[in-house]
Amino acid sequence: MAAIEFIEERCKGCGLCVIACPKELLKVSSHLNRAGYPVSTIEDMDACTGCALCAEMCPDVVITVFK
Amino acid sequence: MKQVFKRPEALVDVPFHFCPGCHHGIVHRLVAECIDRYGLREKTIGVASVGCSVFLYDYIDVDVVEAPHGRAPAVATGVKRACPDNFVFTYQGDGDLAAIGTAEIIHAANRGERLTVVFVNNTVFGMTGGQMAPTTMAGQETTTTPFGRQTDTNGFPIKMAELLSQLPGTTFIARAAVNTPKNLMRAKKLLRKAFEVQTENQGFGFVEFLSACPTNWKMSPEQANKRVGEEMIPYFPLGIFKGELK
Repeated sequence: MAAIEFIEERCKGCGLCVIACPKELLKVSSHLNRAGYPVSTIEDMDACTGCALCAEMCPDVVITVFK
Repeated sequence: MKQVFKRPEALVDVPFHFCPGCHHGIVHRLVAECIDRYGLREKTIGVASVGCSVFLYDYIDVDVVEAPHGRAPAVATGVKRACPDNFVFTYQGDGDLAAIGTAEIIHAANRGERLTVVFVNNTVFGMTGGQMAPTTMAGQETTTTPFGRQTDTNGFPIKMAELLSQLPGTTFIARAAVNTPKNLMRAKKLLRKAFEVQTENQGFGFVEFLSACPTNWKMSPEQANKRVGEEMIPYFPLGIFKGELK
């Protein structure tokens, strides 16, 4: 059981977390934040193992990981 | 549930000004993690360079001196000699360290100053708009080499890590990348070692980070990240050029 949280306002939609996820659970959504960037989301939180690779790769420290 | 990843305490809770997909943010975080890890926050003095890394003082919660372009190792030398008990690091880009600041870095390294140098190489002058840097790859298009860098007139990309490793004054010299989780984990270990050589008063530690610059490479963040692995790493090999991890 793991969970990740995004600080959406900090996300710039670069997609480096999407490449990092070994289970390919993340994607850049069509939802825009206040700065106008599309933000990353997780599709299937139950499948997340909490490996934190997405958070490690995020250049803007958007992701917090709980396990 | 336990929190397994959080923002390092030494990293101020403000948004970065960096472009989407820029690796500077990752390297800033790695530096902040190292400061936290060794409990150096109260005794660290950073020296920032000119370029995209100029706003280091806004992001890392330590005292920071802003050096003139390229002069960070010279300023850091003065800081370290005046305050030998403080931890002193410089954070420089390739337009700063490998171009205008070549003399300063070579002589600071050769003197074996007790410094930690974080060098971010994205093969281009980032903040000024993407001009050719000494590290620009052969054939790479920039605003000052619109037909690609020609090695017969513009020379070859300079390999700073290899160059500095030849100097007898240096203690730890390595090159890392943060384009994949695997490389990033390795980069963390190398940066920790570069911190340790100073905290244990062994000498000069230097880590070069290969970094993406999607804006000036005119690529998407994903393509730029891929280019680091496909074009840069074959020319700028990763590894330790001097010293070892114990």
